[in-house]
Amino acid sequence: MISKRTRRIALAVLISALSAAIFLGQAPGQATSIPSSHLINPEDLVKILQATQGEKPLMLQVGSYVLYAQAHIPASEYVGPVTSEAGMQQLHRQVDSLPKKKFIVLYCGCCPWNHCPNVKPADDALRAMGFTNVKVLYIANNFGADWVEKGYPVAKGQ
Amino acid sequence: MASRRRILIGAGLLFVAVGVYVALHRGGSIARGPTAKQHSVAPDFSLPQLNGQSLQLSAYRGKVVLLDFWATWCTPCREEIPHLVELQNKYRDRGLEIIGVSMDDSPDPVRDFYQRFQMNYPVVMGNADIGEGYGGVLGLPIAFIIDRDGRIYAKHIGATEASVLEQDVRAVLASQ
Repeated sequence: MISKRTRRIALAVLISALSAAIFLGQAPGQATSIPSSHLINPEDLVKILQATQGEKPLMLQVGSYVLYAQAHIPASEYVGPVTSEAGMQQLHRQVDSLPKKKFIVLYCGCCPWNHCPNVKPADDALRAMGFTNVKVLYIANNFGADWVEKGYPVAKGQ
Repeated sequence: MASRRRILIGAGLLFVAVGVYVALHRGGSIARGPTAKQHSVAPDFSLPQLNGQSLQLSAYRGKVVLLDFWATWCTPCREEIPHLVELQNKYRDRGLEIIGVSMDDSPDPVRDFYQRFQMNYPVVMGNADIGEGYGGVLGLPIAFIIDRDGRIYAKHIGATEASVLEQDVRAVLASQ
């Protein structure tokens, strides 16, 4: 028989170990650490884009140009991977003159959500600049699977 | 006795936690694994390598080719590279040739990465055309295994276990 004390210790170890595992899986800079209140789902964004009324967001793609050139959300602008200094500078340039209440949607879709290196730094940067209406498009797997293959609107080229 | 039991329980729980971490770290992409066995001809391409020379896929007819779409900023791609290097070493003599297609915007970080990871197979700089030719490379990594006749044997979307890739490579090498 396992004593109560042993069970308590086992439970404490389990909770600590799982917490550590979850913490390791959500390292700073990863998309998984973006609060859910900052996120927008593809279907919700599509509804906003297709609505006849309401403010349309400025959509910024913060992934690679090769991916953008193959497929991107119509009217979205290319920024580039903000993990690079050049990409971060470009992001600042593209929003610098905008009002802080501007509705902005960031997206990437280069990799599965928990591996995307770009959206979290971009979200952090815009909020640090004072933007208050920023959403990050939640792309679970990649832009192909979660946007293009769903039949959502797509544009190609520059 | 009791302390031994506690150690065993602790070790077991730690094992579970590591499993959870690995699952989180690799994400849901494992489930996306080998999506299809396809037998269409792999689209030919000619693209510049890091050394400036062009590489043409059709020149590899007679070899089994593992075509890996990747980028230096893509974490699961980076994690796969050492396994691909190992795979190339292990099966080169039997006819395996790995070709990396970098989807980075510039070759500079790719050159650094190539040296740092001691990559032992050619890497070309990809573009939108090759992405579209291969059905849209809209998420990384994606690996194609191409048989000696230039037909696509398998396509793996997302992070793929090295053992799965090796299994496919062995199957194609053995079949021809």
